Amino acid sequence: MAHKVVPLKVYVSIFAALLVGTALTVGANFVHFGRFNLIIALLIAFTKASLVVLFFMHVKQSSPLTKVFVVSGMFWFCLLIAGTFADYASRDWLPALGAWENKPVLEQHGR
Amino acid sequence: MAEVQTPISPHGIPPEGQPEHPESTTHPSFHHHFDDMEQQFEASHMGMWLFLVTEIMFFGGLFAAYTIYRSTYPEAFADTSRFMNLGLGAFNTAVLIGSSLTMALAVRSAQINQQKATVWFLIGTIILGSIFLGVKAVEYHHKWVEHLVPGANFQYEGPYAHQAQILFVFYFLMTGVHAAHMIIGVGLLSTLIWMAHRGRFSSEYFTWMEMTGLYWHFVDIVWIFLFPLLYLIGSRAPGGG
Repeated sequence: MAHKVVPLKVYVSIFAALLVGTALTVGANFVHFGRFNLIIALLIAFTKASLVVLFFMHVKQSSPLTKVFVVSGMFWFCLLIAGTFADYASRDWLPALGAWENKPVLEQHGR
Repeated sequence: MAEVQTPISPHGIPPEGQPEHPESTTHPSFHHHFDDMEQQFEASHMGMWLFLVTEIMFFGGLFAAYTIYRSTYPEAFADTSRFMNLGLGAFNTAVLIGSSLTMALAVRSAQINQQKATVWFLIGTIILGSIFLGVKAVEYHHKWVEHLVPGANFQYEGPYAHQAQILFVFYFLMTGVHAAHMIIGVGLLSTLIWMAHRGRFSSEYFTWMEMTGLYWHFVDIVWIFLFPLLYLIGSRAPGGG
């Protein structure tokens, strides 16, 4: 079978990098970055997750079809977050346009 | 001139123009409806990733709901961080990363025909996974004693009691579902130890090892996101918010 055996060194380095990432996340929590605290924590988490996916889960050496599966999974998750947020963020922007709710809006505008 | 008869292989006569792989189609784990071991592995691999994509959507729903509530009540969510045990959370993160390493090394040992090492790395993975679950149980006990389990006995000092209760619902739901995945993983690993011990895996055939590895690493990734999102909401900077 044409399965490449990944050298031991690679696994151990990825393990070390993941531990460093964990230490950085904890360390960043003790510094005040305001709203960037969340962004930094998420960036480190995404980096750690990518290392696990690429090396421990062997996606780096997998078939293109596997890569499509991985990317599509993340893409759909982004759609889920984006769609949900678009709804929650825009709820107060416009008055609801049901016929029964139109009247007060029109009155509000003096018509 | 008599025609040379094609050797009969488990998958029948090979299609014209394609080389036969007799060494990879006589393996006891080979199923006859595949062309060769490589294709059989790829099919399992694809199915496993399809399952993991559904798992992304499963946890994704929880993460999306969490994100909505956190953006609605940012101060209340940040306030709960004082009840999260950062030391135990960070320790468990390291333990789980370690278990991913031993899992990856177990798969690697199977790939290079080191049966004993495979068994030992699998046992190591189970031990680390159990340590994670034990620490999680200790944390749950602390929350129980401190009346932080959502429900009738929930008690929370400060102005954010109701909103904080929502965070603890997410805390128990998300870590609970994650722990359930870990318990299933430990069950899978126990089966693997038995199979590896009986010499079922080799460089020719290690599908079960690789698929369980994918599952275990996926559960690790979920925790990689849960740790900062549940334990590190509020900054612990001195004098900062």
